[in-house]
Amino acid sequence: MAADAGVTAISKDDDVLNEARVWREDGRDVAIATVIRTWGSSPRPVGSHLAIDSGQNFVGSVSGGCIEGAVIHEAQEVIATGKPKILEYGVTNELAWEVGLACGGQVHVYVEKLD
Amino acid sequence: MKQQILKRVLADREAKRQFALVTRLETGEQSILYLDGADEGEVEIDSALRSTVEDAIRDDRSGTVAGAGGDMFVEVFNPPLRLLIVGAVHIAQPLARMASVAGYDVTVIDPRGSFATDDRFPGVTLVNEWPDEAMPPLDPDRRTAVVTLTHDPKIDDPALAAVLRSDAFYIGALGSRKTHAARVERLTESGFGADEIGRIHGPVGLSLGAVSPAEIAVSILAQVTRTLHDKERVAA
Repeated sequence: MAADAGVTAISKDDDVLNEARVWREDGRDVAIATVIRTWGSSPRPVGSHLAIDSGQNFVGSVSGGCIEGAVIHEAQEVIATGKPKILEYGVTNELAWEVGLACGGQVHVYVEKLD
Repeated sequence: MKQQILKRVLADREAKRQFALVTRLETGEQSILYLDGADEGEVEIDSALRSTVEDAIRDDRSGTVAGAGGDMFVEVFNPPLRLLIVGAVHIAQPLARMASVAGYDVTVIDPRGSFATDDRFPGVTLVNEWPDEAMPPLDPDRRTAVVTLTHDPKIDDPALAAVLRSDAFYIGALGSRKTHAARVERLTESGFGADEIGRIHGPVGLSLGAVSPAEIAVSILAQVTRTLHDKERVAA
């Protein structure tokens, strides 16, 4: 919608892909993470995106904030090697220091480098 | 992902084409497959995979599927859902805004020029025509919801007549039970069958006890949302 409508369509994180393109054209090293499977009450639907650069800047989300830190960390390796990776996160024990989804869902995230 | 593929995805999305990005998860190879039949890229698309991907596009459902080359992630890109509002009345103002936030492309149709103005509907596509002329070119499809809000049979009835035989996933008409009963009678006299007339949600909206225009807009958008996802559950 036009900006002067005073509202923005936020149901799709479409701008994440565009941001990734802009970053790459600026010469930055970029990885794109995509939710490819979910089970149970995972917070973000299949097709949600997170774009990450080698300076650990990011836009978008693949969960409600539960696993972004870990995905950003893994993305650095994908940027370094150029090899895509599938990351799997499941239910976490909220008393443990592991990364996971407190909501009890499971999510698989595909991380690829933007060549 | 190759930059070239990403640029293509972004351009095709801008052009509102219906397509999917297919990623072979084992290797990272990718192809773009269009609903109109073309494809391009590195992934070999056999007829089984093509038909799976085409179904995914039609159902607007991204997901991981098994193909001859191993697991494939199919990311569907469809143009935004559309909401066609007939009647640039008070309720249409919050409804247009809320539907925009929910991701709909909103069009407001009203032949009365002083109602459908840019001042009252900033950023919304306005059509100053009678609905029987305005509807056919808009071609309501299975990703389109239609709501009539004028109460005026001169405007609402031709709109309903133009969409009752369309694929629109939702049709709603504002008006009390009494108004709706009269509307059903008129449409029956015009030759519409009970199945067709039964597609109309009337009185429109979920029963929330809504009073203000904004609250009524919430109840309408809630019903549109539920209908959309009911269809998805049936498709699954």
